[in-house]
Amino acid sequence: MSIDLETAARVAKLARIKVEEDQLPALAEEFNTILGFIEQLGEVDVEGVEPMTSVTPMALKRREDIVTDGGMQDKILKNAPDAREGFFAVPKVVE
Amino acid sequence: MTDLNTLTLAEARDKLRAKDVTSVELTEACLKAAGAAGKLNAFVHDTPDIALAQAKAADERIAKGDAPAMCGLPIGVKDLFCTKGVPSQAASRILEGFKPEYESTITGQLFDAGTVMLGKLNMDEFAMGSSNETSVYGNAVNPWKVDDRELTPGGSSGGSASAVAADLCLAATGTDTGGSIRQPAAFTGIVGIKPTYGRCSRWGVAAFASSLDQAGPMTKTVRDAAIMLEAMCGHDAKDSTSANLPVPDFEAMLTGDIKGKKIGIPREYHMDGMPEEIEALWADGRKMLESAGAEMVDISLPHTKYALPTYYVIAPAEASSNLARYDGVRYGHRATLAAGDGINEMYEKTRAEGFGHEVQRRVMVGTYVLSAGFYDAYYNRARKVRALIKRDFDDAFAAGIDAILTPATPSPAFGLGEMIDADPVQMYLNDVFTVTVNLAGLPGIAVPTGLDAKGLPLGLQLIGRPWEEGDLLNTAYALEQAAGFVAKPQKWW
Repeated sequence: MSIDLETAARVAKLARIKVEEDQLPALAEEFNTILGFIEQLGEVDVEGVEPMTSVTPMALKRREDIVTDGGMQDKILKNAPDAREGFFAVPKVVE
Repeated sequence: MTDLNTLTLAEARDKLRAKDVTSVELTEACLKAAGAAGKLNAFVHDTPDIALAQAKAADERIAKGDAPAMCGLPIGVKDLFCTKGVPSQAASRILEGFKPEYESTITGQLFDAGTVMLGKLNMDEFAMGSSNETSVYGNAVNPWKVDDRELTPGGSSGGSASAVAADLCLAATGTDTGGSIRQPAAFTGIVGIKPTYGRCSRWGVAAFASSLDQAGPMTKTVRDAAIMLEAMCGHDAKDSTSANLPVPDFEAMLTGDIKGKKIGIPREYHMDGMPEEIEALWADGRKMLESAGAEMVDISLPHTKYALPTYYVIAPAEASSNLARYDGVRYGHRATLAAGDGINEMYEKTRAEGFGHEVQRRVMVGTYVLSAGFYDAYYNRARKVRALIKRDFDDAFAAGIDAILTPATPSPAFGLGEMIDADPVQMYLNDVFTVTVNLAGLPGIAVPTGLDAKGLPLGLQLIGRPWEEGDLLNTAYALEQAAGFVAKPQKWW
């Protein structure tokens, strides 16, 4: 499996990280190094093995679906780069 | 009188209880040492006002006779832990200016027990690195030095390791996703334990790879690790993977008696090209435990060689999901936008500016292995191999093995900048002996046991049965006593 420039650009887009055109070849090469290292997992016989879901054998706990916290709008917004009128503000989303 | 900052937690606790010292005196000694250690770049946000207020409160508690073990003891906190009102950046530009409105469960528990926070400690960005060279704060530096070179304290808990080894604090918190407590502990001649997955709450600790992340103490001795770990453990309803199990008195389990214990030596940890001195260190450790009455057993953990590639699928996959939250909306950095930029440009520019190179690389690798068409080939396959790696350990423990002895790292500390031209996989090899333990969710501890030919510290790792940190600490205590490691870095900073 070899990553070409188009795939590298697509992955960057999916990850929402801007990568300049001239950086793509280096990125693709790094991906190939890492994926080449990962490829060796292909030689392991995993027939009949269930993928691990929890490293310790414990069931996730359930709780009642009720409101236990809230009423702290100021605290929630305090670290926002742009908060206005009690909301997070972002650039225009809908045309 | 010894400088107070050089005391162990146990010594300081006993002196506090005997009214020989006050927490304020201990705290001032540490603040002074930390203030004079700028060259190590270990502390990145100092909190002297908080420290002194906590120390005064601790002294009042001690005077009243209401003092838990950690009461009044000054520590450093890894920047990955959210601390209320104090910068908590995970050493990333993307969390610049972030001051949490809440306290992580672990720091909250430590503060409730009267522990004093001196400040926040350097680390690799989002705990991704093995040399503390990916930090937005710049490199943390190892206090150990044998020539002109500045050495890495290891990573990702590099600032914690450097600060403890240089006596800037009595102990520090660390976190360990693939070896980030144990590798830096080994590189700096201190003790570091990663407990069983689920022992310490992950709530309020910036997430890297949630199924692997565990916090733990980094300390000067095994006894200190026992004392501090106990204060960090416990059930937390806010972490759904937190174990609802009683926390034993770990310190009381340190008898040093390991007669009849079966200690496994896994043959797969003899790596090709492993330095002779690491082999020798491991052989010495074997002899030490044998002399202490343990029975040494050669064992096999056949899937060991697949641990690193498995880790480099699972950890980036989880990181790509966890780090999706850093989008420039709710906290931290937002890029300056050009006219006409929409929300996608905001995300893409913010994340390109805010994340460093290694973090970007891992997020993108994770995105790739989780993307349509590759999920089964990479991610699901890695989860299956992870199950096999865990099964190897389960089989060894079922056969009666109590603990497993391995080297902690494949080399001593290397020079800062020396790996800059290496490909990323070369750096990943640092975690070859530690990463298996995270994948299997087991407790592991690094103990300093010797020096290399140049005089740099080397450590061995002991791996224990799940939830049996007390027994593991006792074996580590026996190893520590047999090794008698007392070397300290010569002060140059």
